Amino acid sequence: MTTFIATIEHVVKGPVWGCQDCGQCVLHSTGMTCPMNCPKTLRNGPCGGVRENGHCEVNPEMKCVWLKAYDRTQGWPLPLAWKEEYNHLRPPVDNRLKGTSSWKNFFTKRDRWTPAGWKNTTDESIEVGHN
Amino acid sequence: MSTLEHKLTKTTETVFTAEFHSLDGNGLEKAKKYADRLSGWFDGVNATDNTAAHAHVSNVATAIAMKQLGLEPILQVVCRDKNRLAQQADIMGASMFGVENFLALTGDDVTAGDETEARRVFDLDGPQLVRLMSTIKRGEYMSGRKIDPAPHMFIGAVENPGAPPFEYRVQRVAKKYASGAKFLQLQICYHQDRLEKFCAGVRDAGLAGKIAIIPTIVLIKGARPLNFMHNNVAGIDVPADQIARVEKAADPAEEAYLQTLEFAQHALAQPAVRGLHITDFRNDETLERLMTDLGRVRQSITSEVKDNHAYSA
Ligand code: SF4
Repeated sequence: MTTFIATIEHVVKGPVWGCQDCGQCVLHSTGMTCPMNCPKTLRNGPCGGVRENGHCEVNPEMKCVWLKAYDRTQGWPLPLAWKEEYNHLRPPVDNRLKGTSSWKNFFTKRDRWTPAGWKNTTDESIEVGHN
Repeated sequence: MSTLEHKLTKTTETVFTAEFHSLDGNGLEKAKKYADRLSGWFDGVNATDNTAAHAHVSNVATAIAMKQLGLEPILQVVCRDKNRLAQQADIMGASMFGVENFLALTGDDVTAGDETEARRVFDLDGPQLVRLMSTIKRGEYMSGRKIDPAPHMFIGAVENPGAPPFEYRVQRVAKKYASGAKFLQLQICYHQDRLEKFCAGVRDAGLAGKIAIIPTIVLIKGARPLNFMHNNVAGIDVPADQIARVEKAADPAEEAYLQTLEFAQHALAQPAVRGLHITDFRNDETLERLMTDLGRVRQSITSEVKDNHAYSA
């Protein structure tokens, strides 16, 4: 059954969103742009190598995935909550989920799992001076 | 506490950081030469991690050598070559030798290097790596396993103010700050308007005083490196008039220096900026001139006294 759902998901999301079957879908928070199509598989925004024309450092033929995601988040009529999530810090990929169904992982909350050390640790106590 | 952390968190002094040259053959001997050139000028020097996707002496070994030579290392950790386990090992290994400054980078792609057939890793991305560093600083590995005592760490990151999407770059700063970054080295930016907007954006986001912005300045001898950066370095665009200005000058080397000095002064005048990161292609003899023109006085050179350390070649 699990494999069956994964296959359906792949058939649907593959052609439309270029789904790479990471099993922990973040499409809604990235302007319906799959970050796993970034050659560096970055999940938290563009690298510093984006070309002047907005194309990818690695693949000059392709528009940077994160520019696409940014434009779509700004321009598409997506739910406000999704747009806000664009700026969230997405946790590291759980490589055990590769090839499994993100739909199932969503409903079982399996895709919400993060390692124990992944907590917010902003140390507000240290401030730096400025001009 | 490292000098860099002290100056940035306890004073309003301008800080200067630099890039240690990559080491290959004759590493320790070369390291000493580089250290002698940089020592006394900088509050921290980046121990680079396979720059531009070329293999070199490792970041950790370089940082340890720098410490022994009296320089304060900033350990660069990139995401391209190693997974999270290896990154944690490097951070812990360096901290065992007293390295306290850490810099998280996504890193150039393998296609920027000379072994483009290599597997790219990118297990974590830049902001996630910053958070991992914060985890270690708190005294835990990513798994939650305790590290007792927790290493002392001062954490930084990198951002490119000159690459699209420009407005979004400030939000990435906020993300890195929220993950625990206290300083942010910027990639070289030859568009002054972009740097101005970026720094104003950081200030408007309420982040001035929370994260120290350190723009990069590159020492060059003529127009060739400008063309090189423009054509070959991902994310760097050099406006044609800036290249022409140096190319057409009667004395290109002098013009290149004046241009660099101008960019340095302009960068230092921007909001949220706390210092400069100075790099060069080869050993550029204008380093001393630039530092002096920026009002920096060289501190005593310490590498000589460290000559008898236990690890010397
Ligand atoms: S330019 Fe964009 S798509 Fe290409 S590697 Fe960088 S972030 Fe990924």
